[in-house]
Amino acid sequence: MLASMRGDRGGQIVLSVLLVATIVLPVLNLALPESHPWHVTTYQLNLFGKYLCYALLAMSVDLVWGYMGFLTLGHGAFFGLGGYAMGMYLMRQVGDRGVYGNPELPDFMVFLNWQELPWYWWGFDWFAVALVAIFLAPGLLAFLFGWFAFRSRVNGVYLSIISQAMTYALMLAFFRNEFGFGGNNGLTDFKDILGQPVNAQTTRVGLFVASSLAVIAGYLLCRSIVASRAGRVVVAIRDAENRTRFLGYNVASYQLAVLVVSAMLAGVAGALYVPQVGIINPGEFSPLNSIEIVIWVAIGGRATLYGAVVGALLVNFAKSWFTAALPEYWIFALGALFVLTTLWLPHGVAGIRRRSVVS
Amino acid sequence: MTIQPVALRYVRIVAILRHLVLLLVFVTAAISVAPVWSDTADHSQIINKLAPSLKDRKTIAAAIDEIVTSDAPRKRIWLESLLAGTLYQRKSDDMVVHAIKTDTGFDLTAALDGSAIGHVGKREVRKFKINNSLRAQLRSAIAQMALQDSDPGSRRQALERMLQSLDEEKMAAINRLAEVETDSDVHALIQTARQLDALQNGDSQSRLDAIDTLGINTREPVVQALQKLTDTTDDPAVADAAAASLAEISQRIAVFKQVETVLFGLSLGSVLAMAAIGLAITFGVMGVINMAHGEMIMLGAYTTWAVQQAFPVIVEFSLLLAVPLAFAVAFLVGVVIEFLVIRHLYGRPLETLLATFGISLILQQTVRTLVSPQNVPVSNPSWLSGQWLIDPALSIAVNRLVIFLFCLAVFAALMWLLRKTFFGLKVRAVSQNREMARAMGARSSRIDAMTFGLGAGIAGVAGVALSQLTNVGPNMGQSYIVDSFMVVVFGGVGNLWGTLLAGLSLGVVNKFLEPWAGAVLAKIIVLVFIILFIQRYPRGLFPQRGRAAGD
Repeated sequence: MLASMRGDRGGQIVLSVLLVATIVLPVLNLALPESHPWHVTTYQLNLFGKYLCYALLAMSVDLVWGYMGFLTLGHGAFFGLGGYAMGMYLMRQVGDRGVYGNPELPDFMVFLNWQELPWYWWGFDWFAVALVAIFLAPGLLAFLFGWFAFRSRVNGVYLSIISQAMTYALMLAFFRNEFGFGGNNGLTDFKDILGQPVNAQTTRVGLFVASSLAVIAGYLLCRSIVASRAGRVVVAIRDAENRTRFLGYNVASYQLAVLVVSAMLAGVAGALYVPQVGIINPGEFSPLNSIEIVIWVAIGGRATLYGAVVGALLVNFAKSWFTAALPEYWIFALGALFVLTTLWLPHGVAGIRRRSVVS
Repeated sequence: MTIQPVALRYVRIVAILRHLVLLLVFVTAAISVAPVWSDTADHSQIINKLAPSLKDRKTIAAAIDEIVTSDAPRKRIWLESLLAGTLYQRKSDDMVVHAIKTDTGFDLTAALDGSAIGHVGKREVRKFKINNSLRAQLRSAIAQMALQDSDPGSRRQALERMLQSLDEEKMAAINRLAEVETDSDVHALIQTARQLDALQNGDSQSRLDAIDTLGINTREPVVQALQKLTDTTDDPAVADAAAASLAEISQRIAVFKQVETVLFGLSLGSVLAMAAIGLAITFGVMGVINMAHGEMIMLGAYTTWAVQQAFPVIVEFSLLLAVPLAFAVAFLVGVVIEFLVIRHLYGRPLETLLATFGISLILQQTVRTLVSPQNVPVSNPSWLSGQWLIDPALSIAVNRLVIFLFCLAVFAALMWLLRKTFFGLKVRAVSQNREMARAMGARSSRIDAMTFGLGAGIAGVAGVALSQLTNVGPNMGQSYIVDSFMVVVFGGVGNLWGTLLAGLSLGVVNKFLEPWAGAVLAKIIVLVFIILFIQRYPRGLFPQRGRAAGD
């Protein structure tokens, strides 16, 4: 896997920085007293952890958009499904500590007068089952979507639009109470994760480290895919789909495989995201969220992987700063980012670096 | 800009309107005051019959009878007020008054002539209290008076209310009316009432005749009476006839239900189609993905709101002004967007998608900042509200019908523009073969800008229509963008007829699914269906063939 990193200068830098941060930031948080100027607060660490989940999500989008040419407007669906799988596990861990104190049912089900747990909630008391669901739920959705889409050779704008319709339909479904996922309010009020209280400082640090490691592992995985022979075929599909088909490659299978891997990565990002923000609701499925991911990738520079990581972190830190300093203008800034990057920065931040290397 | 003279002209129109309204007020006041003037004295005795009867219900009953037989012009208003519980007596001088409750007391108007008296405290008036038997008496008295109303519409409504519970007294009043009635609709209702009475109270033969004469009558009371007859009658012939008639009637009602669903679906579909037609031009004809399309709809709706705010006097006609204005606003914004962004991105559809999405965010936030983040109220002109009654079991909301027709009109206008004008010819030429069109002298960049503006303008016009149906807010466009794309893609890109048909049929399908799936689930089903459909037929219902199809 590490061999695939050879020649990926940007990736080497980003991963090294990330690795250092994974070790140093928790130390700065845990070991230094709060008064120390170098102290990193748990809040900052938590925020960074959240953005790392976005980075992983952006990477999964870059894999299908940058390398395979599928501009996905529905990756929030995979992110959301992973998040809901984790949320269900966390809900089961609440046990009888909910507002209604019902040991069998989550609060919202008691509220809706449900008598027993729906079958799709069975087994979520165990982390192992949740872990499987985190990979399986988004993977299955991606497989079904890709199975229909790629085999009937839907591509380009059409593919983008139906991926948006997919997440839109899921959003409508999850908003409904009867669907059994908490409706409008989603899942929240978590207590424990793996026996540790969710809001404790050590848990937060642990989640940050886990997110960071997930980004690094995800990066290595994506990198090894794109550097492999199969990765070359995928790039060929992006650049000349029909030609690749005529050369004898089974285009749909390659596309399907990459989409499923990407969806699972997005699911993992969602699963790590939920305990850190403490809530998952149908808003994650909104088309707006999915399209925002695309802009992170576009700003970072697509088809570089590390660009997606940088883009997600940059845009989200900017968002935090803007919403604190000039809340009215964040949407203007985001809108302008969309327009200006597509017009003048088609290769993103990574493109600037590449251009300066060339010249 | 040209806004100045337009505004001036409207100021003048407003002034003229104001004069007209004033004149109207004077004339109606003169007419309505005159008869009250002449014999107020006599009528004061009649209304005052109520006065000592505050508690004693028997006296009230007698007083009501006396009021009914009197010729006081305001007697119906008195009884209605008594029924509604707004008739009071002023403690200081026992005067009978209408009182409207406010936070601090009551606003009084004199019962005798309707003149305003002013505001009094809560303890200065006593209420006339009535019980259920008095209410029944009042209702039948009011209904009988309504039968004597000079307006045939009111007479018809009164009759319809009476049909719910016929009794001897009401039949007597109806029969009296039959002798003097001239309106044919009212006569038909009188016949229905007579048959209904025969059904309920006649002998077997007259019941059979009544069932025969009523035929397929979908009125609720008739259905109920027939149902009751089948359950209770001893005569098997009558029971059979009633059951047979009932079966026919319920079949007719079922058909009407289907028709109603289709009409509902068509109106929803025309909304979808209208939202999508603009997109069909930018996406279908130009190949440009405009994610800011929903915001053009929003701009159109806000233009309607702005027109109503600027000229509150002409709310009734505001839509007529809003349609061209909304087109102009959205057209201009569209042309500017095309000039600044789109033209630099031709041939890169995915980038266009992202850039226009950014534009949509900016437009939304602009409206949020300049107007308000909340929804704005857009009022509906009165000629758009109300129902069009085709049958007792089938009525159509006027605004839905108008929007359907409006959609067809917009579509027809667009078709004419594209098929019959020189501009349309150039648009089609550029979309089919840009190089060749340029060689023939079409200025393709200008045509592009105009076409994009045209698509945006139509979206703006759709926004005017939507402002009459849904909430107008900064986010309203977003909810239409996915739907609109679905409609365009389902209908077949580049095919305007396909868009219209797809929009209408999706609306109808949606409405047929709704009763058993619920509104949200129906929408999800339709979305999933389209996703599967596109995957099976990526080029939509009516794919373009030949060279224009591109690849």
